Amino acid sequence: MGSHTITSRTPGVFYHRPSPDAEPYVTEGASVSEGDTVGLVEVMKTFHEVKADATGTVSKFLVENEDEVTIGQDLVELET
Amino acid sequence: MTAARSGAELPHRGSLDSVLVANRGEIALRVVRACRELGIRSVAVYSDADAQAAHVRMADDAVHVGKSSASKSYLNEDAILEAARSAGVDAVHPGYGFLSERPSFAAAIEEAGLTFVGPPSSVIATMGDKASARALARRAGVPVVPGSDEVASVEDAVAAAEEVGYPVLVKASAGGGGRGIRPAASADELRTVVAEAQREAASAFGSDKVYLERALQGPKHVEVQVLADTHGGVVHCYERECSLQRRRQKILEEAPAPGLDPSVRESLCAAAVDLAREVGYVGAGTVEFLVEGGEFFFIEMNTRIQVEHPITEWVTGLDLVAEQLRVAGGAPLSVTQDEVVCRGASIEFRVNAEDPGQDFMPSPGEVTGLELPGGPGVRVDTALMAGDVVPPFYDSLVAKLAVWAPTREQALARGRRALAEYRVQGLPTTIGLHRRLLDHPAVVDGTYDITTLEAWLRRADVGHSE
Repeated sequence: MGSHTITSRTPGVFYHRPSPDAEPYVTEGASVSEGDTVGLVEVMKTFHEVKADATGTVSKFLVENEDEVTIGQDLVELET
Repeated sequence: MTAARSGAELPHRGSLDSVLVANRGEIALRVVRACRELGIRSVAVYSDADAQAAHVRMADDAVHVGKSSASKSYLNEDAILEAARSAGVDAVHPGYGFLSERPSFAAAIEEAGLTFVGPPSSVIATMGDKASARALARRAGVPVVPGSDEVASVEDAVAAAEEVGYPVLVKASAGGGGRGIRPAASADELRTVVAEAQREAASAFGSDKVYLERALQGPKHVEVQVLADTHGGVVHCYERECSLQRRRQKILEEAPAPGLDPSVRESLCAAAVDLAREVGYVGAGTVEFLVEGGEFFFIEMNTRIQVEHPITEWVTGLDLVAEQLRVAGGAPLSVTQDEVVCRGASIEFRVNAEDPGQDFMPSPGEVTGLELPGGPGVRVDTALMAGDVVPPFYDSLVAKLAVWAPTREQALARGRRALAEYRVQGLPTTIGLHRRLLDHPAVVDGTYDITTLEAWLRRADVGHSE
């Protein structure tokens, strides 16, 4: 078992869910495949999906919903 | 709140002593500058990300309103209202965007006994609702895009289409966001399309109700600037041509609208004044129309100062933000309609922190070098200085370059010259895109419409950004 970290490709605000009333994209313990959406980053009023770039199990969110993030910041930790 | 004073004591600025500028970036700076010239104390608000921003540095005072994300600062009604109370201002200027068109915010300002620099909250509510704005336009005798009520059968649709005029769009009543729309160019085609549309609407939206609307082929977006005071004065300040849009975002605007028939211009401007009167408008507002052939149709009213207001200021010589502040202080407009004259031609180029080569991906970051254009007929509205950081949390507009010249041809030449002087280092912007756009034949001859920019972007290699 290894681990992999998904990082942000852009600065902005991170969201766990597609809209405030929606369910989160993924929760801790969920398994994800490469290409699955695991979150959203808002930058300058545009929204960019954060895709898993590996297959594995979500072990930990490294940022909270609505946290400000910088480019390259660690967002989600996967067990691979 | 200070007691209202008579206009005779303070003829130039109404009764406002101090204004909270509830915005950021270039428009906050614009309002701060108008306040300074009128002798009004300006109080800026700022988020964590904007603690060092130009609008904060240049205002008389500043109040911190929250964390960087817009929802926790500039969009936080309670925080802005609390800032107004703690700063002891008379009035709140909302700028554009953020809270400027939220009826609840304007109402909260009114309830706090402060002056909202804009129309009454009830007017914002009326014009902010598509159906009520359309109904109001009809009452004012202002044309709207022709449409039918819901049609119950295919034959009803054919009868209604005779009134609406072909080509028509068949729209699902329960649809929205562009879904459930089908075109039909003739009665024969309509018979087929309505039946299909009803079936599709029933399965997609749970209702088979459809209605018709005239399909405009390539209209121009032309808008009229209006000003109204609390004494019954309403004037128009002529029009702006804003058809060059990408994803409904304007990128270049000009005044006057090239090629607009003088009689259409006259009717358009009169319609905007009629609409403003009908709704009881106060302050600066913009009435937007689609123009096709010799016809024009109301689409919406923006109940605030507009991003592209500088081009109207160039051609009329008016200071629209100063007019807003005077009107908010209870003073009459500084001009009558006869005194508003449109002279020369003006073009605005929106400089966005976006990379046209990467599908306009936002490009926040640090501005490492900056050279602004200058010289005759050049105006730059920006809050971005060398060494500043463009934060990722807000709109991508970082500057507006507006040029003026006696003729449109000279204004185009001046635009090319100013864009060539403009240098932003550290992040990609839309400056290079504007340079290339000024070579587009339809831009040069002024015949472009709302489809031109997106069609050009699909064709053109806009790869090298600047």
